[in-house]
Amino acid sequence: MKAARPPEGARPLGGTARSDARGDTSVATKPTAGQVWQWLEAVPDPEVPAVSIVDLGIVRDVGEDSGPEGPVTVVTITPTYSGCPAMDMIAEQIESTLRGHGLERIRLVTRLSPPWTTDWMSAKGRESLRQYGIAPPAAQSVIAFDPKQRIRVVDPEIECPLCGSANVECISEFGSTSCKAQYRCRDCREPFDYFKAL
Amino acid sequence: MANNDPFVDYLLRLGDNSLVLGHRLSEWVGHGPAIEEELAVGNVALDLLGQSRMWLSLAGEVEGQGRDEDKLAYLRDAGGYRNLLLVEQPNGDFAMTIARQFYFDVFHHLLLGGLSRSGDPRVAEIAAKALKEVDYHLRRSGDWVVRLGDGTEESHRRMQTGIDDLWFYTGEMFESDAVDQHMSAQDVGIDPSTLQPAWRERVAATLSVATLDMPKTSWTQRGGKRGVHSEHLGYLLAEMQFLQRAYPGASW
Repeated sequence: MKAARPPEGARPLGGTARSDARGDTSVATKPTAGQVWQWLEAVPDPEVPAVSIVDLGIVRDVGEDSGPEGPVTVVTITPTYSGCPAMDMIAEQIESTLRGHGLERIRLVTRLSPPWTTDWMSAKGRESLRQYGIAPPAAQSVIAFDPKQRIRVVDPEIECPLCGSANVECISEFGSTSCKAQYRCRDCREPFDYFKAL
Repeated sequence: MANNDPFVDYLLRLGDNSLVLGHRLSEWVGHGPAIEEELAVGNVALDLLGQSRMWLSLAGEVEGQGRDEDKLAYLRDAGGYRNLLLVEQPNGDFAMTIARQFYFDVFHHLLLGGLSRSGDPRVAEIAAKALKEVDYHLRRSGDWVVRLGDGTEESHRRMQTGIDDLWFYTGEMFESDAVDQHMSAQDVGIDPSTLQPAWRERVAATLSVATLDMPKTSWTQRGGKRGVHSEHLGYLLAEMQFLQRAYPGASW
């Protein structure tokens, strides 16, 4: 995947420093792509603040483009669900975060393909979700509809985030946000949210 | 308000189906039979609204006359809308809403599956994204058809009534006209008549498990795809478009 995070010490954005005769004065020290990724890791998802937009796989790419006034940092994001109302806020937060770090020329690009999948969620993101009380998504994406099978079957990978039991039941595949389903634990009897696989 | 470009018409059909059905579903918010369904119906409406925004934005871009998603949604009258008659039908009781949703979801799933392999990458990527959401829509509506059909005497009766009453709006989904044929020949769209056998098979399989009878009438009500709608669409648009009609250009 193109969006894999670059290794430590990645090349600085804007090419080699000091090679630019125009002299870029907008940023004191030109950040590397790795630094920009790191800054974006501090941007929480507005609806599930326990996880950052990087850990959710919303940020797909950090790159650079040339602009009339110098290099522009290009951040490519992808929507989770088509109607997710948090996308506008995420875009605003990315911009204000990067501006806060001294970047002045920023462009956000939305990419639809390949469509976002919960398989892109990082291990750290999954663990943060669990600690926050939301069961992380199963690796397998959506099960096809089969009328002979009542759908309230449970994916074996789903465990209660509170007690760890796999003896859980689905209440509804839709929840308080587009990305969540409602479950209940049959052992500790607590209801919980499941971040559903997509 | 005919469009000369069949591609624009084709995209408006896709966008309008999602927009109108999404709006209908949003009418349930605050009136759902249970909190879980309240959330589910709102979520499905939101997915459809998001899909509609992508289709209408693309329609405006292809048309190239400065109409964006908002202008297309808020400033066309009923005659300019290209959605199927099925999706504009009133909610009725919960079983009627589920029948409408199930018929549409099965069709929508097949249609998006085909469009995700469109020769136009812009169409393919929107379809591929929407398809994953519609997987969930279909599981929910299909599940409800079975639960209500194979439920109590009353839920069975209501579900059968919903299935029967909306049946004659389903034929329109598969009627292929000049726009469909042109877009299919261009390898951009799908000839909807090719989806009918799979649709019938899936609907029949679900109704059978639900102990419901498959309707037998073959008469079809048609017109939505070319802008000839039932009276219901006008009322729906009057509410949806009110703000932009009363205060043109208003935003917040």
